[in-house]
Amino acid sequence: MRAKGIFLLALLVLPLLAAACAPDAAARASRELRVCADPNNLPFTNQRLQGFENEIAALVARDLGATVRYIWWAQRRGFIRNTLNAGVCDVVMGVPSSFDLARVTRPYYRSTYVFLSRRSRRLGVRSFDDPALRKLKIGVQIIGDDYANAPPAHAFTKRGIVGNLIGYTVYGDYREDSPPARIVRAVAAGEVDLAVVWGPLAGYFAPRQQVPLDMVPVSPQIDLPFLPFVYDISMAVRRSDPQLQEELDTILEKRRPEIDAILSRFGVPRVGRGAIARGGI
Amino acid sequence: MERIVRRALTLGLAAGLACTLACRTRERTDALRPAEPSGQRTSSGVPPAIASREAEDGQWLMAAKDYANTRFSGLQQINTANASHLKVAWTFSTGLVRGHEAAPLVVNDILYVVTPFPNDLYALDLTKPGAPTKWVYRPQPTAAAQGVACCDVVNRGAAYAGGRIFYNTLDNHTVAVDAATGQEVWKTKLGDINKGESITMAPIVVKGKVLVGNSGGEFGVRGWLTALDAGTGQIAWRAYTTGPDNDVLLGPGFKSHYPQYRGKDLGVQSWPSEAWKIGGGTVWGWISYDPELDLIYYGTGNPGPWNPDQRPGDNLWTCGIFARDPDTGEARWFYQWSPHDLHDYDGINENVLLDLNVNGRLRKVLVRPERNGYVYVLDRATGEVLSADPFAYITTSKGIDLKSGRPILSPDTKPEVGKVVRSICPAAPGAKDWQPSAYSPRTGLLYMPGNNLCMDFEGVEASYIAGTPFVGANARMYAGPGGNRGVFTAWDPVARRAVWKLEEKFPVWSGALVTAGDVVFYGTMDGWFKALDAPTGKELWKFKVGSGIIGQPITYRGPDGKQYIAILSGVGGWSGAIVAGELDARDATAALGFAAAMKDLPDHTTRGGMLYVFSLP
Repeated sequence: MRAKGIFLLALLVLPLLAAACAPDAAARASRELRVCADPNNLPFTNQRLQGFENEIAALVARDLGATVRYIWWAQRRGFIRNTLNAGVCDVVMGVPSSFDLARVTRPYYRSTYVFLSRRSRRLGVRSFDDPALRKLKIGVQIIGDDYANAPPAHAFTKRGIVGNLIGYTVYGDYREDSPPARIVRAVAAGEVDLAVVWGPLAGYFAPRQQVPLDMVPVSPQIDLPFLPFVYDISMAVRRSDPQLQEELDTILEKRRPEIDAILSRFGVPRVGRGAIARGGI
Repeated sequence: MERIVRRALTLGLAAGLACTLACRTRERTDALRPAEPSGQRTSSGVPPAIASREAEDGQWLMAAKDYANTRFSGLQQINTANASHLKVAWTFSTGLVRGHEAAPLVVNDILYVVTPFPNDLYALDLTKPGAPTKWVYRPQPTAAAQGVACCDVVNRGAAYAGGRIFYNTLDNHTVAVDAATGQEVWKTKLGDINKGESITMAPIVVKGKVLVGNSGGEFGVRGWLTALDAGTGQIAWRAYTTGPDNDVLLGPGFKSHYPQYRGKDLGVQSWPSEAWKIGGGTVWGWISYDPELDLIYYGTGNPGPWNPDQRPGDNLWTCGIFARDPDTGEARWFYQWSPHDLHDYDGINENVLLDLNVNGRLRKVLVRPERNGYVYVLDRATGEVLSADPFAYITTSKGIDLKSGRPILSPDTKPEVGKVVRSICPAAPGAKDWQPSAYSPRTGLLYMPGNNLCMDFEGVEASYIAGTPFVGANARMYAGPGGNRGVFTAWDPVARRAVWKLEEKFPVWSGALVTAGDVVFYGTMDGWFKALDAPTGKELWKFKVGSGIIGQPITYRGPDGKQYIAILSGVGGWSGAIVAGELDARDATAALGFAAAMKDLPDHTTRGGMLYVFSLP
């Protein structure tokens, strides 16, 4: 009886001991990288993991020895508050490196706003100062009336180009796939002559339209006094998590070729890649 | 809570008070009472919406108490002499931690509470000790579109009519629930959360129609007011705030006092290109009704989502007030508080309908404390501004030109991208936001909760990129002159001046209640529920509740014949987001800059929704 009891006890305890003796292995097996992301925001992320940020998250997680777990949340006002800063996840992909609501990693790409138009129009617009812009019907993306609208709207307003702007809310209709892509479809359909669109969005959706579209990086890159059109992009972690930031920085440095390959595959226009230094702009 | 009596009240005290007040009332003012709507059944089969309030029935049937939006109750068991003895009678927890802005209802010995999202409706049985839950109705608004709704998840209350409770869910449904059983009678979808629309306002029921407006101006939503048949839930009419006359329901019956509102399709013409299609002007505030003139009155929200420079023009019909025919929705007149709004001054506050002596003549007016810092008195038949007087510290304008009806703006407080503008007063929430005032026909005073907030705008960088998280606006708010962020004002609309003012540490974000016992009630964001002497503002009693108050106090007569006072505590809303949403106090621009002004709120209150009911021992 007694011997049998001890045997049973050993059966119960041994696995526990084994686990206790190999904490690293256990931790590695169970490490999770919790990523908060929009479930409907291609080319960045979606629930079917078809976005380039989905791929980059998987790449980074592999190096961390972790599995990715997504927490889905529409990217609206309060996104960071309700996700990263509410402690429900560890990482948010793709924030501007100047982002001040969280701790950011080193930038992993730099992109630009582009002028997008139908190739058949041969507009050749390269600059916000092109006089042709006064006569064209121009699409821009807008977000809110709290003086935080997207830079293209401000650049046009500053030049007195107002009456011929058509606004597309970035929120769009969330029932549609990737609502922000509507502005690209508007160019293809001839709703507007030209639109100013953030590079990754244009680069991914333009080739998927029925008609060929031209994509030209805007100039100036910084509209004075200080309205940038070129942004470094980082990952965001909680302010209290410098350790994860360091780990991610190391991986982003090491995996730069792989990340570049992913970005190329998704048609993300990049500028001044060599200029991206540790620590951002 | 430093108390300042700005001017001594000219009324007598103690014994002579009641008589003096009554005489004064007869001479000068009388609150408009909603009449019994003819007693006929409407085509929908729903009995007349509101019982006559000629005699106080001790109930509370709509958030604003009556069609005139007075929040005045004829109950007088609790009075200035005994209010100091008020004690908690019972409490009820909603189990939710977001902002509780609603007014409870009391009908047929049942107290109804609508919660913030998920917008559950509780019926509490007042005939039993401790008011146990009789039933709960759960509309189960969609959680799938989390984060898609624009603003906070508050709800401002319900309305009772013909045996049914009507209210709105955050995901744009209006529901009718059997008041006795909690069974859903109908549920109608009015908008789409996927387009940024939501509903937070308390509906009213007028002549068999439930009137409902949308929220979400910040998201490029197009504002509307919709009338639903109370019997069937079918949409009877919808009046948009922007767009062609046909959509705005402007026809031959539309006759505004001011010439700037005359012309074809001004809801299109006063905008660039197609900006009106996403122009805002949502309808998330209060609706009044005058049965005699047969007109409803409601305000429209700010224009959006463009910045001011990007939408030249008056941006009609945003930031104004409509008078409409409740049967057809057709507009009769319009007036715009803030043409081409620069400061996010939504025009949705309450319109209190009074018959007022103006320059020796009794006139049908509406009194309107507006975000821009002025108390307006309008002729409610024509929309003519009779007076507009500042009740707060104002730097954004120098006055209202009564001839043109337009504010005289101060050019140096116009926000511009790339420019730093300081001392914008009032700040975006205005001198008074949605928090509704109360009017007593006995004192002739309007009791107004309010804010004392200014704002700096630093439009140095606009770094928002589509597809990336929202970075936040570069506005930050702070206390106005005096250092107090809140103020509670007793305003004399005839003399056009404040009679007394109380300063509060935080914005007074709760509604007000005044009774025939001459007691005024309101709550503070740090959790004090207060009773004041209505003529003088003297504090009679206060009680510290569990969480900051942003709800609307009500009063009712219980089945035991006693008078009760009820208030929801549960901090949140725009002002309280720093607690309810656990914002980072280091982020000065959170909650559109409001968090900067509320950094110390978390030191004074914690979250949690709870109904408190008080009575005399």
